[in-house]
Formats: sequence, C-alpha cells, structure tokens
Amino acid sequence: MKYLLNLCFGAALLLSSAIAQADLTIEITQGSDRAIPIAIVPFDVEGGESLPEDMAEIVSNDLERSGEFEPLSRNALIAEPSQSDDVNYQEWRAVDSEYLVVGRVEEEGGQYRIQFELLDIVGEERLLGEVITSERDELRAASHYISDQIFEEITGIRGAFSTQIAYVTAQGGEDDRRYALNIADADGHNNQEILSSDEPILSPDWSPDGKKLAYVSFETGEPAIYIQDIASSQRVRASSFDGINGAPSWSPDGRKLAMSLSKDGQPEIYVLDIASREFERITDNDAIDTEPSWSPDGDRILFTSDRSGGPQLYEIDLSSRDVQRMTFTGNYNARGRYAPDGDSLFMIHRDDSGYRVARQDLDDDRLITLTDSNRDESPSVAPNGTMVIFATQQGNRGELGAVSADGRASFRLPSTEGNVREPAWSPFMN
Amino acid sequence: MELKPYAKHLAAVIALAVLAGCSSTGGTQDGDMETEGADSGRDSASAQGASSADQQSGTGTGSGMDGADADGIPDTRTIYFEFDSDRIRSEFESVLNDHAEYLQSNGNAEVVLQGHTDERGTREYNMALSERRAKAVERYLNVQGVSSSKIDIVAYGEERPAADGSDEESYAKNRRVVFSY
Repeated sequence: MKYLLNLCFGAALLLSSAIAQADLTIEITQGSDRAIPIAIVPFDVEGGESLPEDMAEIVSNDLERSGEFEPLSRNALIAEPSQSDDVNYQEWRAVDSEYLVVGRVEEEGGQYRIQFELLDIVGEERLLGEVITSERDELRAASHYISDQIFEEITGIRGAFSTQIAYVTAQGGEDDRRYALNIADADGHNNQEILSSDEPILSPDWSPDGKKLAYVSFETGEPAIYIQDIASSQRVRASSFDGINGAPSWSPDGRKLAMSLSKDGQPEIYVLDIASREFERITDNDAIDTEPSWSPDGDRILFTSDRSGGPQLYEIDLSSRDVQRMTFTGNYNARGRYAPDGDSLFMIHRDDSGYRVARQDLDDDRLITLTDSNRDESPSVAPNGTMVIFATQQGNRGELGAVSADGRASFRLPSTEGNVREPAWSPFMN
Repeated sequence: MELKPYAKHLAAVIALAVLAGCSSTGGTQDGDMETEGADSGRDSASAQGASSADQQSGTGTGSGMDGADADGIPDTRTIYFEFDSDRIRSEFESVLNDHAEYLQSNGNAEVVLQGHTDERGTREYNMALSERRAKAVERYLNVQGVSSSKIDIVAYGEERPAADGSDEESYAKNRRVVFSY
C-alpha cells in the first residue's frame, strides 16, 4: 500500500534548514512605458543611527520591479522631508513625479516605530499615513508591507511584495549533480534551502495557505510526490506509484492535490484527497495528460494533453467531466496556469523562435507572447495577477525571469552560481 | 513488471557474487528515505551508463556487436532518438537485439530503462515523453521475447542531461534511453 501517505522520518538528513545561500539579485530589463513616476525619500532615522536596511530603497525597488512605477532617482530628489507637514507641494511639482513617499523611524526599546505617508503631489493630498512597528530583523518585511500599501492605494490592486518564491537550483556536471529546493522573498532576498539531493527535484507548488510545498523528488531513484511543511521541515510522501508521479497542484481549498500518474500506462490526471488518502482518476484516454492546474474557483482543472497530436491545453469540468480544448494557436502550448481572476491563461507557447511565456484571454481566446527569450519554462503567476515568474536560459545557464501580465515590463533574477529553475510564486502570506 | 524488493535484492546479491563488484540495479523504490543517496546502487548504475554513453559518442553509434563486459552485458548501453520522437532508429536495432539476447540468456538479469529528453519544452511534459521513449524500447524488447518482469522504467525527462550545452549536438546526446543494469 505504498500510495498511502507515509511519514518519512528518515528525511531529516536531506532537509538542510536555514543554510544561507547566495541571494538572487534583480536586474530590471524593461520598464513599462506606462509606469507612474513616484518620489521616495530616504526615511529619516531618529538620532541619526543608520538602519540595517535602507527601507526607502527596498520600497523603491519593489515598486520599480512591478513595472507599474518609475521611482525618481535619489540624486533627483529636491528635498528630504520625513513627514507631510514638512512637504512644500509647490516645490515638488518641479520634479517629474506624481506621488511622494516620506517616512521616519524611531527606535523604542529594541523595536522600531515606522511612520510612512503617501502624498499626491498634484492634488496636494495625503493618501496614506500609517505607523507600524518592527523588530530589527523584520525591517525588510516591514518595507515590503509599505510597498504593498502604496501599490494598492494607487493601482487599486493588492500588492504582492510580501510574498515568496520557491525554486530549484542544480549545480555540478553529469556525475556530481546537486539539486536543491529553495525559498526566498519575492525580491530574491532571504534565500533558504529547504531540501537537497543528488537526484532531480522539480515541480514545487505552494499550498494555498503558504505553509507547505508539494514537489517531485527522485531521491529514492524513482519519482515520488512529497508534501513538506516549510516551518517544521516535516513531510509526507503523497504518491509513489510505479511510473511517473508528477506535476502536483494544490486545490484552492488546500484539501486536494491534482497530479499526473502513469501507473495505468500513459500519464493521466488524478486527484488525491489529502485527508482520506484516496486517489480519483480524472482523465481517461491513450494520450499524455499532465501538468494539471486548478481553476481559482476549484471547479475545473487545466492540463496539458497531446490527445490531438502535439501538446495543447484542455480544461475538464470536475462535476460534468466535460473536456474542452482551450488552445488552438500553434502546435505547442503546455504547462498552463490560470490568472487569479480566472479570466486568462498563462502557458509556454512554442513559435518559430522558441518556447515563450504567453497569455491567452478567455473572452476572445487571443494568444499573446509576453517574452522574447527562446527557452522559457514553468510560468507561475503572482497572487495578484500582475506578474509572471518563469525559468529561462542565459547562455547555457538557467535563471529566473519575470514579466508583467501585459508584457510591458520585465526583470531578471540572475544567480551567482548554478542553474536556477522551476519558480513557484507563493500565495498571499497575510 | 514490478519486482518485489527482496527479489531485486536477491538479484543484486547474485550479481555481486558473480560479477565481483559490478553495480546492481539498486531497488530503492519503496525503501527508506536515503540520506544524500550518494552511495545508492542507482547512482553507480547511472554513472556506469553514462561512461558507456561517452565511449559510444567517441566511437560512433550502431554496431553494438563488438563488445560486452566480462559479465556479458553489452557495452553499448545508450540509444538515441530524433527530436520529438520515440521511434527506434534502425541503426540501434542491433544494440537492442544484443540487450534482448543478454536479458533472455541470463535468468536473473534485469534492466532499468532510463528515458530522457533534451531540455526544450516543459519539464513534466518532457517527463511523459521520456517515459514514452523507454516504453518504446520495452516494447521492442518484448517482441524479442524479453518479459516486462525483467524491465523497470524510470522517466527522467530533461532532468539529467548527458551533455549540458544548449545546442543541437548536446540535444542529440540527451534524447536517449539508457540501459542501466
């Protein structure tokens, strides 16, 4: 009965917690032509003590990375006010900026008290003003919180700067490969390795509460799907049938895991009920069915199938079991993911130039490529739907890239070493 | 097709006794979690397969008749595929015939067919394509009279390339099925 979820007590040696790794860095490759200019003044620190983190810079980098904002460079700031009372709006109209962010930080008994304000320069109006407290080692998180508030106030869209990404690194050559599963903040900082192996690791997927990862590991010599609690490192083996155990995908309610299993011959989509440990077969035909992904309402599953010849995306309604082909542009569309609002799909689309991230809006079924690289893989959508992170190649090395959902803005996340791939953007964590 | 773990173990013991140190199939599928796995039979098996692949790329492909280990396992243990194809190329039929003969004439012999693709395309779909390649080899062996009970399949997709380059030469080396004994 090896399909039962076995507690894997022997796993501890594989789980390397809190090993500091080289952070990913961010390199903006293309800013949006619609980016909103915003001035972010360095936060004033009471008593002149310098903070371990430059909070204004973190906020500035967050907003710029989103593609929605174009922060003014620091040397273009005409003054350095720390609160709205000190702001001369007339003076700020001279710089090309619609909004102004000011802040001040006080230390109080080992804690930091941070006041920040968002100002509309043209309207001469305070849009946001809030005081938060933070421990010394939480200043980056506090900065991402501020970015989230500013982003939502101006765009009307919830910010996703306080989220994380999971990804896989691979180092070494054919005889000494080392694979590792990592998590990091959405800006690439605070990298933490949570699993390593000399056998392949792939397809990480976050539980909807952001506390667990499901993934595929070949550590026993054959592929199996594991569910790992990130905080405790405890994990269970969810599926280890003969053949492929691949492509785990959490249901939106967190109770089920869709996956691809080839135990019956060719790969089919199955759904595992995690509590009852029962598997239900969802697809049934002679073709490859893999890469399942749940619709945001949990009623349907999108998957890749080559039942028509080459790989295309299909959607199955879980109650009626009706299957509908979703993609018709080109002869290779795979690894689909729904936008969080369910109105569009992101996928890997092959055209004459290679494998690229593409979006298809479901109202008109028009497919638009978002990237101009040629070996993209594994698109994963931010929980607010504004960005897609994906794996790509730079020379012979794998690295992560991200592109805005409209394709206007993009950035890279180069790593100092090894190949980086299989990104998975976490859900909202708060 | 599925071997009981003890049976694999037995085979491994016999193989070790007879072959003096040649690696076994390493039936680790249902065992305990391995720590780092560096010493698992599977690893040495794949390293062995890799070195024969290297040999082969140096000497050209196809013949397969010209060699076997002292233990009788055919030297050529990797066959290659066209892009997006699981068709057995005619130049590799003699290689497969040699393996079929070896498997049939050695009662305890088992093989793991490791399927691989090149890096292009999505990972999980490639996993499925690599399984299809390994199954094409299995079917060929079946036709030659080899029972599926002697054959295990592990589909690696694009996860374990033999060549790391992103060019047609590397891709061609990576689209392969490796016989791992």
